[in-house]
Amino acid sequence: MVAPATVAAPVTHEDPLEITREMGLHWLEQMMLIRRFEEAAEYAYTQKKVGGFLHLYIGEESIAVGAVAGLRPDDDIFTHYRDHGWVLARGVDPRPAMAELYGKATGLVKGKGGSMHFASVEHHMWGGYAIVGGHIPLAAGMAFSHQYLGRDRIAFCVMGEGATNIGMFHEALNMAAVWKLPVVFLVENNMFGMGTAVERASATSDIYEKGQAYRMPATQIDGNDIELVYRTIHQFAEHARRGEGPQLIEAMTYRFKGHSMGDPQRYRTKEEVESRRPDDPLNRWEKKLIERGWANDTLIKEIFARVDQQVAQAVQFAEDSPFPDPGELYTDILVEE
Amino acid sequence: MADVIQMTLRDALKEAMREALKRDNNVVIMGEEVGVWGGTYAVTRGLYDEFGDRRVIDTPIAEMGIIGVATGAAMGGIKPIAEIMTINFALVAIDQIVNNTAKIHSMFGGTMRAPVVIRTAAGWGQLAATHSQSFEAWFAHVPGLIVVMPSTPYDAKGLLTTAMYSQNPVIFIEHSRLYGEKGPVPEGEFRVPFGVADVKRAGKDVSIITYSRMVHVALNAANELAREGIEVEVVDLRSLRPVDWETVYGSIKKTHRALVLTEDWMTYGISAEVAARISHEMFDYLDAPVERLTQLEVPLPYAPNLEKLSFPDEARVIEQLKKMLA
Repeated sequence: MVAPATVAAPVTHEDPLEITREMGLHWLEQMMLIRRFEEAAEYAYTQKKVGGFLHLYIGEESIAVGAVAGLRPDDDIFTHYRDHGWVLARGVDPRPAMAELYGKATGLVKGKGGSMHFASVEHHMWGGYAIVGGHIPLAAGMAFSHQYLGRDRIAFCVMGEGATNIGMFHEALNMAAVWKLPVVFLVENNMFGMGTAVERASATSDIYEKGQAYRMPATQIDGNDIELVYRTIHQFAEHARRGEGPQLIEAMTYRFKGHSMGDPQRYRTKEEVESRRPDDPLNRWEKKLIERGWANDTLIKEIFARVDQQVAQAVQFAEDSPFPDPGELYTDILVEE
Repeated sequence: MADVIQMTLRDALKEAMREALKRDNNVVIMGEEVGVWGGTYAVTRGLYDEFGDRRVIDTPIAEMGIIGVATGAAMGGIKPIAEIMTINFALVAIDQIVNNTAKIHSMFGGTMRAPVVIRTAAGWGQLAATHSQSFEAWFAHVPGLIVVMPSTPYDAKGLLTTAMYSQNPVIFIEHSRLYGEKGPVPEGEFRVPFGVADVKRAGKDVSIITYSRMVHVALNAANELAREGIEVEVVDLRSLRPVDWETVYGSIKKTHRALVLTEDWMTYGISAEVAARISHEMFDYLDAPVERLTQLEVPLPYAPNLEKLSFPDEARVIEQLKKMLA
């Protein structure tokens, strides 16, 4: 669907990275886990068990799963607020994740962050951030610490295409480029910043060109092609790791749900959304697995049943967990010293 | 005992930074013109030559970027001093300071820390409306930040040293008109704790609660009044968040009268908080309403006479105190 427009660091399909059956099945399971987790979260929201904002990632799962597979487990991820998929792709237990949505004491961040602030430092997952673009300089700063301390980790910064119109994006890209920081910027272009289509908000609809403006290798890929995401992220991450400076990838995708809950979606037609269904990354990958003879219906059903059970356990865990003690109101504001 | 030497507030700050850079290899300074130029107020002069461009880092003019990168670096184990040339430009970075630096620890349930020291200069000097503002209340309003504003070289060095050891983000506000102020400073490392006010002059008749440059205005006024037998107590808050209310209240219990003296605007300013607390907590001890003297409610004009009129001075402080004691 999208012609890869590549500069400086072409993604070659002769890339030696092998994708095994085991990896392929694992990716399907992870994508399905994210999908089912969010469907359960959506249901809990309608039951008023989850509050605030709930930004669903449904239709974009291949990006998080493919990208995390292309990174090292100790690379440091910063994301936007559409963050559930990223945390689950990183291997975080769905139980504390669901409990966080419920605002429970057993949540990932003790019920203090909610949907938009999932994080797990032990998984090098430094959180979802809710001010559009606000986390981009943080990722550059993490990359600065890696460079300064001589660590071979990279920082990986995920944002929506809407974030590339804000000043913080440009300040962070500029500083990262001036200092050759080991950071990879990933733009998930899901075509809409809330309800504003990309061409109505950005001087260029080809967001990767903004990376080129800062003279960093930049490319645009089909984000719903999980293998391409994996290969591209791996390749660009290794460039950054080798000291070649920041990189930018634009992954084209489509969000099937509204921006958040309660979005009337006046900015697009039902027909448009339906026309994108065949491109659903989960279905695409499932078909490919069958085509390759890596899976059959029975195996896929088994995987899905396992995921359903895992999500049911996560919901149960969240339901059964206590709310934070009132005494928690005054904790963690400052480090005690 | 360490030798005590006379030095300027500027040099006291530099000494604190030099000691931190020597002690801890993970300390870096980043900001606009902090390196080759030596700092626009010359506070970092010489540190670039001594420690090199790896430790003392010139940045683009990009305040959001500076604070964001420093905060992210702090999360990654660096101890950055991020210099924002003047507090006016901190507004460009206020989203980073308020929504990231101040929130990293609490928003993620205590799992992360962002111990950045943000140094910035307040002050004025015919710089007109956008370069002459006192925004300490904007930052002191925010849970998750520590805000300090020293008045003397001793406090400046001691508070900056404490900031360098802190695991919390610190907004360290210097006053450009105090950089040349001289005072005794012990050689070597020492700390002035956060949240501890200092009675800069003891007195029994009336208390002035103040901080930063206005401490000096208060002390001058107090010296004048001493000749008339009026004993003014001057309390230097030093920390604006947290505030040492015990010392403030202790002074009111002694004098029963309070003037809050600040260089920021009155409406919703630091003086509003201090006056409200004293009025509420010390109601039974007060012999007169709490009074306030602050910058006038105007965008600061360029013309020198108008600029001078905008700030409280010794004469106005004396006049106010005499009214209160009449």
